[in-house]
Amino acid sequence: MADVTLMKTPAETALVQAFESAKTTLPGSTESRAQAFEQFSARGLPHRRVEEFKYTDLRALLREVAPFAGVPTADEAKAALGGSKAFADVAALQVPFVNGHFVREAVDFAKLPEGVEIVPLREALANGHEWLAKLSPVPWASGNPVYQLNTSFMADGVMIRVAGSVETPVHLRFVTATGSAIATATRVLVVVEDDASFTLLESHESTSGANHQPNDVIEMIAGDRTNVQHVRLNAEGDKALALSTLALKVGAEANFNSINVVAGSATSRHQVYAILNGENTNLRVNGATMLKGTQHGDSTLVVEHNALHCESRELFKTVIDDEATGVFQGKIIVPHHAQKTDGRMMSAALLLAEGGSMNNKPELEIFADDVQCAHGATCGQLDEDLLFYLKARGLPQKEAESLLVQAFLGESIEFVENEDVREALVGTVEGWLKARS
Amino acid sequence: MPAVQETIDQVRSIDVDQYKYGFETEVEMEKSPKGLSEDVIRFISAKKGEPEWMLQWRLDAYKRWLTMTEPSWARVSYDKIDYNDIYYYAAPKKNPAPKSLDEVDPEILKTYEKLGIPLREQEILAGVEPERRVAVDAVFDSVSVATTFKEELAKAGVIFMPISEAIREYPDLVKQYLGTVVPVTDNFFATLNSAVFTDGSFVYIPPGVRCPMELSTYFRINEKNTGQFERTLIIADKGSYVSYLEGCTAPKRDENQLHAAVVELIALDDAEIKYSTVQNWYPGDAEGRGGIYNFVTKRGDCRGKNSVITWTQVETGSAITWKYPSCILRGDNSRGEFYSIAVSNGMQQVDSGTKMIHLGKNTTSRIISKGIAAGKSENTYRGLVSAHRKATGARNFTNCDSLLIGNQCGAHTVPYIESKNATAVFEHEATTSKISEDQMFYCQQRGLSEEEATALIVNGFVKDVLQQLPMEFAVEAQKLISISLEGSVG
Amino acid sequence: MLEIKNLVVQIEDKRILNGLNLTVNKGEVAAIMGPNGSGKSTLSYVIAGKEDYEVLDGEILLDGQNLLEMEPDQRAAAGVFLAFQYPLEIPGVGSMTFLKAAMNAQRKSRGEGELSTPDFIKQVNAAAAKLEMNKDMLKRALNVGFSGGEKKRMEILQMALLQPSFCILDETDSGLDIDALRIVSEGVNALRSPDRAFLVITHYQRLLNHIVPDTVHVMHGGRIVRSGGKELALELEANGYADYRESEAA
Repeated sequence: MADVTLMKTPAETALVQAFESAKTTLPGSTESRAQAFEQFSARGLPHRRVEEFKYTDLRALLREVAPFAGVPTADEAKAALGGSKAFADVAALQVPFVNGHFVREAVDFAKLPEGVEIVPLREALANGHEWLAKLSPVPWASGNPVYQLNTSFMADGVMIRVAGSVETPVHLRFVTATGSAIATATRVLVVVEDDASFTLLESHESTSGANHQPNDVIEMIAGDRTNVQHVRLNAEGDKALALSTLALKVGAEANFNSINVVAGSATSRHQVYAILNGENTNLRVNGATMLKGTQHGDSTLVVEHNALHCESRELFKTVIDDEATGVFQGKIIVPHHAQKTDGRMMSAALLLAEGGSMNNKPELEIFADDVQCAHGATCGQLDEDLLFYLKARGLPQKEAESLLVQAFLGESIEFVENEDVREALVGTVEGWLKARS
Repeated sequence: MPAVQETIDQVRSIDVDQYKYGFETEVEMEKSPKGLSEDVIRFISAKKGEPEWMLQWRLDAYKRWLTMTEPSWARVSYDKIDYNDIYYYAAPKKNPAPKSLDEVDPEILKTYEKLGIPLREQEILAGVEPERRVAVDAVFDSVSVATTFKEELAKAGVIFMPISEAIREYPDLVKQYLGTVVPVTDNFFATLNSAVFTDGSFVYIPPGVRCPMELSTYFRINEKNTGQFERTLIIADKGSYVSYLEGCTAPKRDENQLHAAVVELIALDDAEIKYSTVQNWYPGDAEGRGGIYNFVTKRGDCRGKNSVITWTQVETGSAITWKYPSCILRGDNSRGEFYSIAVSNGMQQVDSGTKMIHLGKNTTSRIISKGIAAGKSENTYRGLVSAHRKATGARNFTNCDSLLIGNQCGAHTVPYIESKNATAVFEHEATTSKISEDQMFYCQQRGLSEEEATALIVNGFVKDVLQQLPMEFAVEAQKLISISLEGSVG
Repeated sequence: MLEIKNLVVQIEDKRILNGLNLTVNKGEVAAIMGPNGSGKSTLSYVIAGKEDYEVLDGEILLDGQNLLEMEPDQRAAAGVFLAFQYPLEIPGVGSMTFLKAAMNAQRKSRGEGELSTPDFIKQVNAAAAKLEMNKDMLKRALNVGFSGGEKKRMEILQMALLQPSFCILDETDSGLDIDALRIVSEGVNALRSPDRAFLVITHYQRLLNHIVPDTVHVMHGGRIVRSGGKELALELEANGYADYRESEAA
């Protein structure tokens, strides 16, 4: 297709200005930022004719660019974290962020759980920490415009190294508290050494509910024989435009289990880019997305099987109420050498009201012959017969619907191993359903 | 399963040369000047004796085409086509518009004989059940050389003739329907076709008529450096039924040749059209030299309520296939079906699938696609299923399975499933696998060779689709698949 | 207790019930027998309120309340219980979760508070034991992977827990072996009481050896064509439904 040079949109122009004024004040070398931004601005905000953004037209959705917020004061940070509710009943090491900035005072570096090291990214960037070389573990993710924007603007974050068996989950708690819209760009790198096991929680909330624009990237390198549980909860306010990326490289004989639960944001797009780099590894990537009103929720996923005998399972469940729009794009790539791959991807959507839409694009790209790969996609309403059965047992319509929706999303959530976390997610679903009736 | 045995025998009987239709016919041809220009279009239009409105239609398309760019989204790659290095018209010099079979160049008749296409009605009649007869329109490069059973069909009110003839004889029907399913501006290749199309078939089935026999068109590309741009238009009026089959072959050549066809189907209230294709264009040699670029736009419009359009395709040929026979389900309760077997071997590239666009209420569609990739080929299924706001009660079921034979090919699945109506129920499933070792072992343990076992299992894999073909063609298609896969084992 | 007057029902333009009249009194066990396609299952669905069925005429009264104006869950609250011929599998919904939701929904409609968890578990365990149910069954998702007999037992368990006043058993004997049939029947018989009525729909007389009816109605062509005592069932067993088919032809 011919590359037509389009006029920059106001948002694109604003991004250029924002980058120009921020680049000297952002930590670390400006070189890699400038390179990423150049790549971004060469194509601009992705629109519907860019295949990967066919269903999430950022050029149309991002009209105005919010300013990046400054570092909050200690009192501001404390107040913001006081209003945060995500995973409140889960015992975990808290690694909080307020307005996109790591709240250093909240972490007692002297008393970190055994096997956990944390380095603030701002300092690391400023003094050229050796772990920085591990950033960008998925090379092809850097072609993605959302990722490029994060690389250009990343202002803060942490780098975490995990060794051995770590019982206490680490909870990255992101809270946005300003009354007016702000943009944030955080980057977290997690290196899980060989044989380590670890649970990472992520929550994203806003205490003000303003139309914030977070763009978060989590990058993980999981070594051989690691066991990693990752749970992400998007509980942003209903006006947020939330972009997020999980870039993942997993070694051999590992177990990696990730879920993203969406219960907020006007627009959300969660991208998972995973490379299975060692043999006999199991990957599970799940999603449970709840959309209402005119919300738009996009789950985009690319899993590359880069070694023999790996198994991947992807299960995405989307519930769409009112006039919301759900998007699932998933791709399993199996190159020639990844024989004996077993990949299964499923996207199921429930439309609860007449005005909703669902777009599914499950892809397989397969070059190895000795594989078993499958994908499925369904969309439709709640099963009338099941509803009747429940009603015949005395459950009113809404209650019957709720029970079936819970069961539907539960099939994705049940893979969360930590019981407290699972309970918290079930509670999130119940809360969403309660707000609906 | 006698057909399997036949398949195996067939495969065995062929040595190195797998493509048995690769011969060339020596006929003196008249060609347009090389390249594409308004003058060439005027030349074609004049050759066809077209009315002014048709010429204007072509010229408008040409102007539009000049502003368009070739699509690049499909998963195929090829050297840039020089559109000015192609002859857009080639017809036998001797009597390009024969009135009867006796006037047709004997060389051409021999060609069809060799291809196994019956053109002499009396021969067809001998020993064949009346309902098993097939009327044939034989298109040789840019012209139709013969159309059989025209008179008998006319008795039933069925119009079956070359489209160039229909433009002259039934201008109102053509004007009413041409370009209404695939608009002139639809896509790069369709627009090109609208400007330069040469021949193809026109079918009109009047209200309430069940077409008394199968209709078919057999396309043959013969001349060097020509492109074939056929155009087919089929209209099934209210309550009528027609089954139509298309076949195609071409000589073996080192150069690539372009085939950019447009097929439009229109089914009015309660009408049914079954359209089957056995596509066997020359696929190129083992190194990927030569072969047909098959860039085809096929679309059916279920315009009336309760109408049905079924596409069945067996794709074994062409160097590159770019083809998405689609259904627009406009009429309430209309139904669209797509059954496909796409076999690729050697260096072939296939990007094929369908679109089911649900617009009307209670419309249903069904997609069964079987892709088999062998050699160093690339085989992609690409499909769209969409339900628009008003498509209450729409239903789709899609099953697309891919089979890889060997470790140097690729099989890909790219479905787009878009629902804007909560009452629509879409189910999609896809799998990619290889022939299971257990199945192979079981067959071999019972005494089948690896080749026989593969043929048997592949036949099983594609059975759902073969069942959709008219019987004679199912057998033919089954053989073709095995021939296409020859040499892929071991 | 239940009164059906001149019920006319169609589905997708096909008439299934043609002016059916039926009365079942409090404490009565009424059996409905009839050949396949006589409309027996339709009758049970229409009483329970399944959509898809279009009621063209007639009424269904339960203790004087017009059921046809009520949603299925309201009918359940009013005391109607349908033991399904083919109980549905609901993946992801635990059997216990479901039982609790159903029991609490009915308590709520009666203005009672929610059951405490220990009380609930006690009740379920007691009822399950009577039906000789394997406890593992209750840990699984509702009916998922259950055998035919297990599903039917689960239906009777629900009946025992929900304590409905009007129970419909739709071909409950189908797919049951002799032991399961005995257990299920005992479960039903234990629930017989002067305040509760049953409508037992069956094709065969076999079930009626275990659940002995007070009255037997023969259904054919969408209406009740004959009614009598329990001896009518034996007569049908001996002669089949042929008589009724002939009368239709004539």
